Amino acid sequence: MKLTEQQIERYSRQIILKEVGGAGQEKLLSSKVLIVGAGGLGAPAALYLAAAGVGTLGVVDYDRVDVTNLQRQVIHHTADIGRAKVDSARERIQAINPDVTVQTYPVRITAENISQIIRQYDFVIDGTDNFPAKFLINDACYFEKVPFSHAGILRFDGQLITVLPGQTTCYRCIFHSPPPAGAVPSCSQAGVLGTLAGVIGSLQATEAIKYSVGIGKLLTDALLTYNALTMEFRKVRLNRNLRCPLCGENPQITELKDEEQIVCDLKDCKC
Amino acid sequence: MKLLVNGKETSFSDGLTVSELLVEQNVKMPDMVSVELNGQILRRTEFDQRALQDGDKVEFLYFMGGGYEAN
Repeated sequence: MKLTEQQIERYSRQIILKEVGGAGQEKLLSSKVLIVGAGGLGAPAALYLAAAGVGTLGVVDYDRVDVTNLQRQVIHHTADIGRAKVDSARERIQAINPDVTVQTYPVRITAENISQIIRQYDFVIDGTDNFPAKFLINDACYFEKVPFSHAGILRFDGQLITVLPGQTTCYRCIFHSPPPAGAVPSCSQAGVLGTLAGVIGSLQATEAIKYSVGIGKLLTDALLTYNALTMEFRKVRLNRNLRCPLCGENPQITELKDEEQIVCDLKDCKC
Repeated sequence: MKLLVNGKETSFSDGLTVSELLVEQNVKMPDMVSVELNGQILRRTEFDQRALQDGDKVEFLYFMGGGYEAN
């Protein structure tokens, strides 16, 4: 891929970085990143990846825009309330950067459909909000050997880790399986600061860019945690778990399965 | 004995188990926590038996997804 004059101008502030350069920009334009969940994490990630010139962005989300999303899901605007999230996400991505090809998947990911989606991409961003989806992405990326960025946010806390499947610590190395249903309290106790989602989603996008260009050191074998109240970042070093049920020495998980959905006890909850 | 818990050095009584440490640290929902001891993730079944030793490095790793509160 050869950069046009317009592209050289558009991306000049990152092409000027010697670690990126014209060659790095060409890599970005030919890379494909999938964002699962156009929510708090996926929204900032999609906006920055679009602006950076990632050539193909896939967006998975089965939901519609709700007024309570707008406090943090900055890719959706007030006029989008009621629209499919993938539609408003596509519109905003294309408005930012017409270089980007957008693929949308207005579906709920399951063990049946996830593999055929993720295998078309170079890198996956997990921007989902529930444990079964997080385990499903981890497992599917392991079987398809697609690197991904996992993240979770709650209240004022966030955390993320990048996984190179089969090579570095995976989500199941840390968390064997989803928490028991009884351990999950009602959603009324939760909540999240919008800017926290912006910080963590932007860090996920940073990992996708670094991976695509091939620069720096990825956030592998370490969980980065951030607390917005104390402004403390901590990097907890992790080792691969030889007893991991997925990528350990004696794996018990040998095919993709859906984990049981932990149902919130609040009616009409948007968590 | 002294333990390094989530990066902070704190004194505890000798022979404390991982389960007891979770209580001492006011972790309200231990089911939402994975424990790394000296670089290795422990099995949940080890929490009750595993006695901690002076100088041990412990990390609590929290489940973080959406719609719950661990601590």
